[in-house]
Amino acid sequence: MNDLKDLIYFDNAATTKVSESVLDAMLPYLGQIYFNPSSIYSASKHAKGAIEKARAQVAKAIGAESDEIYFTSCATESNNWAFTIAQGQNKQPAKPTHFITTQIEHPAVLNTAKQKEKEGSQVTYLSVNEEGLISPDDLKKSIQENTALVSVIYANNETGVIQPIDELANICKERGILFHTDAVQVIGTLPVDVKRQNISILSLSGHKFHAPKGVGILYVKKGIPITNFLFGGGQERGRRAGTENVANIVAIGQAVEEAIECMEAKNEHIKKLRKLLFDRITQIPKVKFNGSMDHNLPNIMNFSFEGIEGEGILLHLSMQGICCSSGSACTSGSLDPSHVLIAMGLDHALAQGSLRISLSKYNTEQEVIRFLEILKPTIEKLRAMSPIWKP
Amino acid sequence: MLDLQVIPHPPNIPESEENSPKMFFEIGERITTMYSEKVMDHFTNPRNVGELADANGIGEIGNAKCGDIMKMYVKIEDNTIIDIKFKTFGCGAAIATSSMATELIKGKKIEDALKLTNKAVMEALNGLPPQKIHCSVLAEQAVKLAISNYYKGQGVDPEPIVGKIVHCECED
Repeated sequence: MNDLKDLIYFDNAATTKVSESVLDAMLPYLGQIYFNPSSIYSASKHAKGAIEKARAQVAKAIGAESDEIYFTSCATESNNWAFTIAQGQNKQPAKPTHFITTQIEHPAVLNTAKQKEKEGSQVTYLSVNEEGLISPDDLKKSIQENTALVSVIYANNETGVIQPIDELANICKERGILFHTDAVQVIGTLPVDVKRQNISILSLSGHKFHAPKGVGILYVKKGIPITNFLFGGGQERGRRAGTENVANIVAIGQAVEEAIECMEAKNEHIKKLRKLLFDRITQIPKVKFNGSMDHNLPNIMNFSFEGIEGEGILLHLSMQGICCSSGSACTSGSLDPSHVLIAMGLDHALAQGSLRISLSKYNTEQEVIRFLEILKPTIEKLRAMSPIWKP
Repeated sequence: MLDLQVIPHPPNIPESEENSPKMFFEIGERITTMYSEKVMDHFTNPRNVGELADANGIGEIGNAKCGDIMKMYVKIEDNTIIDIKFKTFGCGAAIATSSMATELIKGKKIEDALKLTNKAVMEALNGLPPQKIHCSVLAEQAVKLAISNYYKGQGVDPEPIVGKIVHCECED
């Protein structure tokens, strides 16, 4: 669909629209205030100051100190860097570093862990139950003498299932192990307080909460020795080289502040939409909710429709101007369906037939109603032509 | 054949005033949305979809693991495919190739139907993206499997006539 005007955008876990106020805040730093923040002349101080303001905004939003915040290019970089920092803690390089993560991480963590394995590290991938939750007891049992890092996604990007982060972080604190969480999906939906929650390292991505693509955050608790991931100039206190993306940094500062400010109102609005979606979608026969009733982000919902495949659903929705995602193999670009849904015990056919709906504050009840009107006949049409559909 | 294959990646963006959002949409669509209008037509309005109560040949091929299962029903009389229907679980390309395959062989003599290749199905659909070519292979094989099943029902060994059936590579 070429016309963007009437689009129903239910794919906010993939990326979000840049808010108008964020755009307003960042634009001067693409125009008039284009100076390199590291330069000596006074004009560049405008840029330098803007970065530091953004750093303070981010720090405040997650209960950190400004000097614990590092700007990166994206959460993928942040996640890679977290593993590098943990590896740097290994004081006996002769012994391999051990990482603990989960089977349901975003590829940004999963493939970083796999790369570390190739390079000689050991990795334990914790399994999840059918609700998509890992067990703190499993974590306790997996900790070894050489465990350097536990990395657990705060809330999963495909299902929105929220892990028991406080409990996991406490276990790590007691054992003196770094705890990292990829918190990309939760900012502006759940309150985050790194100090109270004993989180050692945390990754964020601006474009999930109405800042542009191309800016991320790594929080690293003070006192943790930092091994650099990118080498070069002295930016970010010598820890992350590369001329700062000033406009995007300004944007993420503004966006995170707005996300925290409007969190309550947004959640209230989204919970209403969620209820409507949930009640009506679960009336469709043989549909499975992939998630946790008690531990789920309100803005992400994942359903599997028996007997059909996700790409077909997405194409029909797309033709009617609706944007959603699926865990089907066809849409992942690989031959395998979603690793997250498979880890939750779904069979391949069900994982292929999954649909993810992810909402933002911009979505409306009218959009939900129109979506539901289109979804039901789409499912019926595809089921009618499926050889494996059994009513 | 494939329009897509002639587009270099990254594509050459012509230097002209045509550098409009519409042009970028078209380039993006050709690279990523991948389906020709013909594919989308057969996906949204599949021909010959359903079951045949009086089928005398049925073939089912594919696997939920890779996301595509095709079931073909043929009614053969006097060496002619007088009717054909299909049911498919799978992506847009799987549905479109099934639909096109049925259209290409309906009313044909068996010997002509057996000449159906995945390439012919793809060409009739104005091409498929590379990662979807396996769908056209499944469609070809589903037809052959249904015809094999017909021969078996007639007490005839199908292999010398139909040849070996190629199953999906991810099938166990």
